[in-house]
Parts: sequence; C-alpha cells; structure tokens
Amino acid sequence: MNDFENLSISSAIEGLANKNFTSLELTEFFIKKIEKHNDLNCFITSTFDKAIEMAKISDQKIKENETRPLEGIPIGMKDLFCTNGVRTTAGSKILENFVPFYESTVSNNLWNSGAIMLGKTNMDEFAMGSANTTSFFGNVKNPLGSKVNKELVPGGSSGGSASAVSSGLCLGSTGSDTGGSIRQPASFCGLVGLKPTYGRCSRFGMIAFASSLDQAGPITKTVEDSALMLQAMVSFDKRDSTSSRQSIPDFSDYKKLSIKGKRIGIPKEYMIDGLNSDIKKIWDSGISWFKSEGAEILEISLPHTKSALPTYYIIAPAEASANLARYDGIRYGFRHNADDLNDLYEKTRGLGFGKEVKRRLMIGTYVLSAGYYDAYYLKALKVRKLISQDFEDSFKKCDLILTPTTPNVAFPIGEKQTNPIEMYLNDVLTVPASLAGLPAISVPSGFNSEKLPIGLQLIGKPFDEISVLGAGAVIEELRGF
Amino acid sequence: MSIDNSTVKKVAKLARIEINEEEETTLITELNNILGWVDELQQVNTDSVEPMLSVFNESMQMREDQAESNFDNSQILDNSPESNAGFFVVPKVVE
Amino acid sequence: MTYVIEGKKDSWQVVLGLEVHAQISSKSKLFSVASTNWGSDPNTQVELVDCGMPGALPVINEYCVDQAVLTGLSLNAEIKKMSIFDRKNYFYPDLPQGYQISQFEHPIVGKGHINIEIEGKVKKIGITRLHLEQDAGKSLHDQDIKNSYIDLNRSGCALMEIVSEPDLSSPIEAAEYVKKLRSILRYIGSCDGNMEKGNLRADVNVSVKREGEKLGTRCEIKNVNSIKFIQQAIEFEAKRQVNIIENGEKIIQETRLFDPNKCETRSMRSKEESHDYRYFPDPDLPPLIISDEKVNLLKEKLPELPDEKKNRFMREFNLSSYDAEVIVNDQGTAHFFEKLVKGRDPKVVTNWITGEVFSHLKKINKDIKNSGITPEKIGSLIDLIVDEKISNRQAKEVFEEYMKSMDDATTFIEKKGLVQLSDQSEIYKIIDKVLSDNPKMVDDYKNGKDKLFGFFIGQVMKISKGKANPKLVNELLVKRLKE
Repeated sequence: MNDFENLSISSAIEGLANKNFTSLELTEFFIKKIEKHNDLNCFITSTFDKAIEMAKISDQKIKENETRPLEGIPIGMKDLFCTNGVRTTAGSKILENFVPFYESTVSNNLWNSGAIMLGKTNMDEFAMGSANTTSFFGNVKNPLGSKVNKELVPGGSSGGSASAVSSGLCLGSTGSDTGGSIRQPASFCGLVGLKPTYGRCSRFGMIAFASSLDQAGPITKTVEDSALMLQAMVSFDKRDSTSSRQSIPDFSDYKKLSIKGKRIGIPKEYMIDGLNSDIKKIWDSGISWFKSEGAEILEISLPHTKSALPTYYIIAPAEASANLARYDGIRYGFRHNADDLNDLYEKTRGLGFGKEVKRRLMIGTYVLSAGYYDAYYLKALKVRKLISQDFEDSFKKCDLILTPTTPNVAFPIGEKQTNPIEMYLNDVLTVPASLAGLPAISVPSGFNSEKLPIGLQLIGKPFDEISVLGAGAVIEELRGF
Repeated sequence: MSIDNSTVKKVAKLARIEINEEEETTLITELNNILGWVDELQQVNTDSVEPMLSVFNESMQMREDQAESNFDNSQILDNSPESNAGFFVVPKVVE
Repeated sequence: MTYVIEGKKDSWQVVLGLEVHAQISSKSKLFSVASTNWGSDPNTQVELVDCGMPGALPVINEYCVDQAVLTGLSLNAEIKKMSIFDRKNYFYPDLPQGYQISQFEHPIVGKGHINIEIEGKVKKIGITRLHLEQDAGKSLHDQDIKNSYIDLNRSGCALMEIVSEPDLSSPIEAAEYVKKLRSILRYIGSCDGNMEKGNLRADVNVSVKREGEKLGTRCEIKNVNSIKFIQQAIEFEAKRQVNIIENGEKIIQETRLFDPNKCETRSMRSKEESHDYRYFPDPDLPPLIISDEKVNLLKEKLPELPDEKKNRFMREFNLSSYDAEVIVNDQGTAHFFEKLVKGRDPKVVTNWITGEVFSHLKKINKDIKNSGITPEKIGSLIDLIVDEKISNRQAKEVFEEYMKSMDDATTFIEKKGLVQLSDQSEIYKIIDKVLSDNPKMVDDYKNGKDKLFGFFIGQVMKISKGKANPKLVNELLVKRLKE
C-alpha cells in the first residue's frame, strides 16, 4: 500500500487524476491510520462507512471524467459543523447525543465539491479554549510532542483538526476561528491555517460561539491546499444574513501574485513582553525573506493592540451567553430531569457545560447585566471600533501585515491551567485581526531549538485572501524546509 | 467593580447555571481576576467613538415572503429528551 | 366626562398606556420560512430558527418590514432610516433560542399619533414607537397534572409592538383606542385584528393618582385579548390600586394577569423573578436600513385611512359624525356603502346599513366582506321602496327571508305576492268598507277624536294585508273623511 501520510491535497488530486491510486485506497489508508492513532483523540465521531460510500462515488466520478474540485479527498470536519444524520457535539456533554437533521453550508459545499468525510474532529467545548483541553471528549494530543518526549497541546479550539492533519490522519480539515482557533493550532502543529474575511464562509449550521467573530476556514499542510479548500468552502448564502455578496475570486490566482513592490507592515505593538526569542528570530527571518523578494518593509503602529484581548474577552462571552442559552434540555441535548422547571434548567446547564464554558457564560451574563452594560459591553464595542480603525489606517500605508501567530510554541498538556488569563494570552496576536474581521493566515516558518514549529501570521485587507495566500507562499518557498 | 458571592449567585441564576459552593468560591476569584484585567479598557479614551456592532458592512439582505415546510414534526422532536403527542414536554410551568 | 374612581377618602384618576401586539398577516415568519397558518398540528410549522436548533440563523422577511413601515405611516409616525434588532434574554420553555429577537433602543418606527372620538370629542393619543419582534411559542398547562406542553408553531411569527403614550384616562378611551388601531391595521392589511386567535392582544399599563399628582406606580396587565376584557381589567385593577393606597400601602410594580372568569387581575409570579433582559444588538443581523425610495413606494400604496374616509363621507354624503364613524370603522362596510350609495339617498342607505344589515350580520356572525351580501342585493330592495313598489315596513318584515333567497328583490317580491297596492280605486274600496263598518267611530272622529285616524289606517292596512301604499292610504283617507 502507498504511504499517503505526507501527501498534500494538491498532489492527491494529481495522483487521483493520473489513476496512480483510487479514492477508496486513500480513504481506507486514512481509516486504518485513524484507528491506529486513537491515542491522539483527534476524532469525536468517525464516519468510516459514509467515507467508503463517498469514496466509491468519487472513484466513479473520476472514471466518468466528472471530477469535482476536491473529488475523492478525505478530510476531517470540525465537530462544530452540523452534519445531517451524523452526531454533532461541539465538544460538549450538553450535545453528546445530538444528531442534526440538516447540513451546515460549509460542510455541504465541501461534499458538493467531492470531499470525503472521515469523521468529526475533536475541539474545545463550544470552541472556547486554546489548548483543546476543555473538550468533554478529552484533550487532543499534538503528534509533534513525540519529538520532544512530551505530551503537548495541539492548540485550540480546532485542536482535533490540526492534530489530525499534522499526524497524517486526513489530507485537510475544517476549523473555525473566533479569536485564533484556526491559526493558533495550525501554528502549534506545523500547518497552514487560514481564517478568511468575516462573511466569506457562511455560518449557517456552524454552531455559534460568538456570532460577530466566528468564521470557518481550512487547516492544511500547504498554502496551495488552503486555497483549494477555501474555494470549496466559500459561498454567498441567503440563509446567513452576514454572508458577504462580494464576488468570489479564483483563489489559485495567488500564484500569479508578485510580492515585489508590495508593502509589508510590521506592527511594533506586536513585539510584546514575553514573546519567545526563537519566535522573534523567525519573525526577523520572515522580514528578510520578503525583503529579498523585493517587498518594501515598513514599521507600522496599531496603537490599540494591547486592548484587543480584553475587548475580545468581553464581546465573545457576551455573545456566547445568548448563543448558548438555547441549550436548556428541552428540545434536544442533555437534560437533567427535575420536577421544577428552573431546577431542570440549572442542573442541565450546570452539569451539561464544562468549567471554561460556564466561566465565560458567567462573564458574558455579567457584562450585559443591568448596571454593567455601559462600562463593559458598550465600552468594548467602542474599543473594537478603534482597533478596527487602526487596521484601516495601516492599510492605507501597507498591503499586508506580518506578525508571529503566537507568543509561544506548543506547550505541555496541563500547563496554563491554573489561571484562565494565562491561557487567554495565547490569543494575544490573533485576536486583533478577528475583531477587525480581516483575513489572516498562519504559515509554518521555522522551528525553535527543540524543533517545535513556529508560525508567522499574515493579515490582509478585507476580502484580499489572495494577497494573504500569495505572501504565505513566499514564506513556504524561502523558509528552507 | 468587584464581584462577591451574592453577585456570583445572581449571575448564575440569570444564566441558569447551578453552581456548588466550591465552584462559587473559585468563580469569585476567577471572575474578579478576569474583570480586573478587562477593566484596563476604562483607560482607553472612547469619547465620540461610535460602538462597532459588526465588521459586516453590507446592507441586510431581505427574504421574500414565501412559506416553506422543510421539516416534519418527527424531525423537530427527534432529539428531544421528552415529547408527547407532537409536543415538547417540560415540568409544569406555574403562571 | 372624566373617568373618576371614588375611593373611601379621595377621587382618583387613572392613567393608562397600552402596548398592543399585532401579528403581521404574512405567509411566513419574521426570520424563518415556516408557515404562519393558524390551527395546524403542534410543531409542524417549525424551521430551525423557530426551535432554536444549533447553527440556525435568522433571515428577515421583507414583507414584514414593509408592513411595519406602512403601519408607521398610517400612525402618522416617523419611519427610522436605520433600526437595530436586539436580543432580549430570558429563559422560558416557549422561547427556544433563550432570547427573543426584538428592537430595543432603535425601533423601526418612532413617534406618531392617532385620533379617537369619545362622545363627539376628538382626542389625540400619542404613539411612542412601533417595533418588530418575534412571537413566542405556546405553553399548554392544562393537558397534564405534572407537565406543560410546548408547541412552537407560533414561535417566530412576526409581531408589531405598538406602544402608546400614557394619554388614555378611562376604560372606554382604552377601548376606543384599540378599536381605532384595529381599524387602521385592517385598512392597510398589516394585521387581521383577530383578538380571539390572539393576533391582536394588549398589555395594559395601569396606574392611579389624585388630581394634580404625579404619575403613580404602574402595574402591567399582560396579554389581554378582547376589548371587553381590556375595559374590565382596567376597572378592576384601578380599584385594586385605589384600595391599596387608601389603606396606606404601596403599589408594587409588577406584571399581572387578567382572569376573565373571575373578572380580576392577579400577580404573575413566574415572570416576576428577574427583569434583567440583558438586551444587546443581535450579531446575526446587520442594521435594518430603510431607503427613502422604499418609504415613498409604500406611501403610494397607502389606502384612504378611516379618518380621511370619515371626513369625506361627512362632506360628500352629508352623514352625521356618528353615522360616518360607524360606517368607516370597517373597511368592508365603507366599500359597501360607497357602492350602495351611488344614485341613492345617503340617508336611506345609511339607515339600512346601520339597521337591518348590521343586525343581520350580527345574527350570522360575519363581517360584511365575507357575508356574501352584495350592494346590488340590498340596493334593489331599497329601490323598490323608493319607487313605492313596497313599503318600508314590508321590506323590513321580509328582510331575513330575502337575505336567504337567491332572487333579486323584484322577483322575490313578486313570488311573495308582496307588490304594493297603489291603485286609488282599490284603496278607496277598502277605505269605504272600513268607514261603513265603523259608523260610530266615524262620528266620534268627526266630533274631534283625532286619534281614531290611526285606527282607520290600521284597519285599511290590515285588510290589504299590509300591501296598501301607506302614503296613498293616508292621503285618500284624509280626503274621504273630509267629504
């Protein structure tokens, strides 16, 4: 049997087209691999029968020359996307047995492009976490931990998706990013993670964490794969009132992009205290790669960067406190029976949600409650405006912004558990772009002394995913591995 | 603004989350830490700044008034912990 | 006349404000494509938003937006160019999302007013605002001892909440306000105004005060669903408040429920618990922008409203204010009137509509629009009276039967053999018979007993079986008796 472990989506498409192997062979390979690597805990639910069925259809389509863009490509689907007839949990006990009777737009688009579902990937409960340690179904391990003989976190919240791609259990996977949940795990697992512009991917059928921030995107091995998957995922969706009507480009056009003469901004505020020195070094290397390609490097200022994380930790929990009110044990999901309705509510939600979710629901409820709304929530909305304005001003001077993705590399499971804020600080470099709704990519750019991967982040103008992908490809080309 | 146990109780009640005494103690500390930390926003000058409701700045697409029936009663009730005669069932609500 | 409650010590005035919830007559719900049909099996008209499924998203129904704008225009109100949808957060089994999508700080319609008429006097009632929101589902509490049953068919239906200023000061004013509002909503078609089905219902804010005092603490009576109940609820609640204050106690601001069987209001404990709704802008919905173009287009669609129509009827047809009000109140009646009055005497037409036609409609419990009665049917009957083919009395006597028949008036009258007797010589024959049969009475009459004239008329009519033309009988009888 072929070893498909290091295969990219683009080379798999080529191999399938050239009849080097079939989709069924590919699919069966990954099924075996997933079974073998149960210890990583990447999947909450596997859908192997469905995968084989889909692979057979793909092989037929290939035979009949009716190949769709992702024909026969086995992927993982973050368990945040509702899948018709397949259990969807959002990593929570409260949805442990929930089986949707409808399909999210993003997953539907992928199946319509010929992609194959291997299973639903593990994640932080309701996407709240940065280490995939809050899942009701147990934490996910980062496969790269074996390099350093430690159990490392894969990052979060799309930890199962990242770990699965990194360990070669699937060719690519979907993630969702609210404050860094695609980019941070991609960086921790040595992968490309792309959060598109807010509004590019429909949120219909994607279980909501913070509606004004949530955005789906791909986690893949290469920039090219990201472009391929993104193309399949995006669409204007009339079932989502925040779905953009902007025209959808051919994302593979990033290949035509010349970085020469592009202005790359380096925000001085991202040089935060506690930024790992190896990461700083890689950031410098990144700057030099772009210089060597003829880009113009300029220092920029995003003065409200420091306020981004506190702003995020008001807005996201506030929205979540309403988004998660529907989990009440009445129409679906976990119910703790009681004779009194309020008891039923309180016990169901007290037992059905994990610690981190409850913490955020408490914060969110508090900042919206009478007497605190103006001081917290309204204030945060205003600061969000300032943060967004910072980017708008900067993009008058530059075309792209280059920063590290995370202040640190993947850390051991169990670390940063005592103080929630310590965990929150993981997202300090990814959250600003989320608040501004901008497209951003994390691309593996180097390693620390222990050979753990380090990602650099490129942030683009609204709806300019092409430049973000194009600049990402420059890093891929020049990073030297 | 500091959070005491009566505030935690009140907020937990509003959020319909049962918390035991131990959780309550932990939450008091954690919420105070987090709120103390986000409090640094108070130093940001936001005079004459409009609150940002959304980054989405396209006009809202509206739907034509057409009725559809995409799901039947059994699908709607299929995931429910308790149902009867086509209804969801909950412990008696006192009005 | 001011409405006053006489307490044991003082006289009290009531201050009333109404929040009317009107369900928009749309085919699908405000944010989902589920049907709004009434009376279907439980949980059969439910889309993902309506049952709060994970990942469900709201998409607004343009028709509902248009109806809110139209209603705003007809309430002489300001249409807001930008309005915002908020989430109103609370837990209740018939509120599947855990929040209601409503409008809080920025409603679609701002200040306006309508006029009501009480005993011939016009009073202007201020409208504070109108906003769009989702209806909740239905909880059934009496199916089972231990449980409540939840039906989400109504969940997500579009409501307009129309809030009045506290300008109302008596139960009758409140009733007239709701009637007027309902009439306007029906004219423009934004709501069918059916209170029995709950498509129109009111929350009534009641407070009492002594003359010259500031506003007192108010109680809100929720979901009152008939005009009669609104009046009864106000009467009870105002008296209750007066008693409390006169006993030296304080009114607690709370939500109350009206029990129509006991005709009293009582506290709603369950809704009391916490009133912290934590409103915030719904991040699933961008701001709602209403263009000038849309407003202008809708303005053109606006029909002649009850007040304008009333004025025109008074002007064109010389109707009294009362008659005009009664006729324009229902748009169908107004249309009917306008068709019927063409080429006919407005006074006669008005009397027939407000008399026989209305009492007939009451009997068959229908409104004129769906009663099957045509202006032609009533018109042909009126024409026979005017042409003196039948008498007014005859027409009234056979009216119910005529309404049931399929015939036009002429055919019907002929079949019944009801044609009026207008032949002078025939009538003279009857008169002569009556006079010769009653010689004593004729003598008495001639000696000044005028009252007996009516007796002779009655006898003539009786013998003619009511067919004799009364005007002619009158004329000829006078002549004969003078001879």
